[in-house]
Amino acid sequence: MHSLTEKVMKVVFWVSGIAIIAFLVGILFTLLSNSIPAFSEIGIKPFFSSGLWRPGAYGEPTYSINNFIIGTFMVTIGALAFAVPLGVAAAAYLAEIASPWERELFKPVVEVLAGIPSVVLGFIGLVVLAPIIARTFGIPNGINALNGAILVGIMALPTVITLAEDAITAVPNEYRHASLALGGTRWQTIWKVTVPAAFSGIIAAAMLGMGRAIGETMTVLMVTGNMIARPSSLLDSVRTLSANIAIDIGDVVFGSIHFHALFVVGLVLFTITFIVNLLADILIHRKPEVNK
Amino acid sequence: MTTNKAKTAGQEWRGAEIAGYWLLRLALVLVLVILGFIIYDILSKGIGVINWEFITAAPRKGMTEGGIFPAIVGTFYVTVITILFAVPLGVAAAIYLNEYAVQGRFTRLIRMSLRNLAGVPSIVFGLFGMAVFVKYFGLGPSLIAAGLTLGLLTIPVTVTAAEEALVTVPRAYRAGSFALGATRWQVVRTVVLPRAIPGILTGTILGLARAAGETAPILATGAAFFLPFLPDSIKSQFMALPYHLFIMSTQHHALAIVRPIAYGTALVLVVLVCLLNLAAVLLRKRYRSRVARGL
Repeated sequence: MHSLTEKVMKVVFWVSGIAIIAFLVGILFTLLSNSIPAFSEIGIKPFFSSGLWRPGAYGEPTYSINNFIIGTFMVTIGALAFAVPLGVAAAAYLAEIASPWERELFKPVVEVLAGIPSVVLGFIGLVVLAPIIARTFGIPNGINALNGAILVGIMALPTVITLAEDAITAVPNEYRHASLALGGTRWQTIWKVTVPAAFSGIIAAAMLGMGRAIGETMTVLMVTGNMIARPSSLLDSVRTLSANIAIDIGDVVFGSIHFHALFVVGLVLFTITFIVNLLADILIHRKPEVNK
Repeated sequence: MTTNKAKTAGQEWRGAEIAGYWLLRLALVLVLVILGFIIYDILSKGIGVINWEFITAAPRKGMTEGGIFPAIVGTFYVTVITILFAVPLGVAAAIYLNEYAVQGRFTRLIRMSLRNLAGVPSIVFGLFGMAVFVKYFGLGPSLIAAGLTLGLLTIPVTVTAAEEALVTVPRAYRAGSFALGATRWQVVRTVVLPRAIPGILTGTILGLARAAGETAPILATGAAFFLPFLPDSIKSQFMALPYHLFIMSTQHHALAIVRPIAYGTALVLVVLVCLLNLAAVLLRKRYRSRVARGL
């Protein structure tokens, strides 16, 4: 009796472990298998050649996602351009300079920031940031890539701060002691020793922040304007890959080419974030070797 | 002369040192200001709308008046389903990883899948949920389809928290009860799990907070624009707070008129998520200090 329960529980836990892998594989399989009808009907090239996303156009529907890839990277790079320097600086302060009570105070702040739902940030972008951007640049409205970049940057901040702080804290104290013993000041130590020593961890932090930024949906959907045209500056309206899925998913006809084309967009999005997260993962887990 | 020179050089460094410190401190202050501003804006403009009716009544007159009760109820139901799915599975997977499996290539593969699952964009979960739960399993747009979709998204949170809790149970406890002749499942059930409960609870609350705020995964798996009645089964569609905020700030026909309602919804959502996160932080702090005291 006991040994039966024992065996059953062993299998239950084993299956639960397998399930984690199965979910990830299942997501990839679902995206792939639903993309195939679109690939066989349209081909692969039209998705990536210049043109527009017009799945509903009479006669000649087109499915180019080029402009969405450009839009996604405009928002992402804009977001990282301020989230990474700001996040790493804050992390360096927390890890190297902050007093214990400052650290105690700030930890929950980062967690609260991480917990704010993306739809709330999108709302703030719409009602607060958009008018500010419009006034600053003298444009009719502030619903554009810049707005999305700022908000997505704010969303990526907690990820960047937490991971960069971990990376800086993980630098062995010997490094700091050696630098200080050679007459380096604390600032020199931070700037020339600790932060460079934590470099791979900081890059990993930036990459995970990037992964979040690329996949972010609601915020960009609400504040970037979602035009399908090719954007030329941060002040243009853009549509990202994720926003495009969110826009079309509501009223797409099940089983249509348009439906399957959305899975192609999902597959591209999944592949990009998967590669970015995998690289970050490799960087994070390479750390012990570097420290040896 | 030389001492003088050394002094000025020293002073220069001192200046750079102070400037550097302030630069880094400024970064921290800026993050605080950003967060403070977001919270202040929502609080100051949302608080005026909040009253008993707003919390307990349904929307009226094309959602230009009334409350957000159905959205609160919908979010509650869908997160309960999420948790019922994600917590048992997450805890079981964590038990496998920490108590049963031999650490090696296979556990590394599971952990890597877990981290990658955490990085999958939420809208991709939405696509998956629509294709698999709504269509393939034939659940239709419903509480159960949306709950399962959110559950998948929450699993990395619950597994990570459960594993963290399991790791804090001292090895000696397991060794002791194995020595007394207990089987592995008996050890897990009677020694390990009871001590890991606070940590598992923390993960559950964090998972709740995460699921309650998500919009993209429920867009096509069950969230409804407006429903005149509350969901009466797991196959019903539902209104949800984050989706309601999305509607009220971008899709409504009279955006300017419903702006206060949008602010009120945002405030309720932020307060809900913050309270859940705060509860998790406090709980974690308590059991960590207990672990530190060796109890």
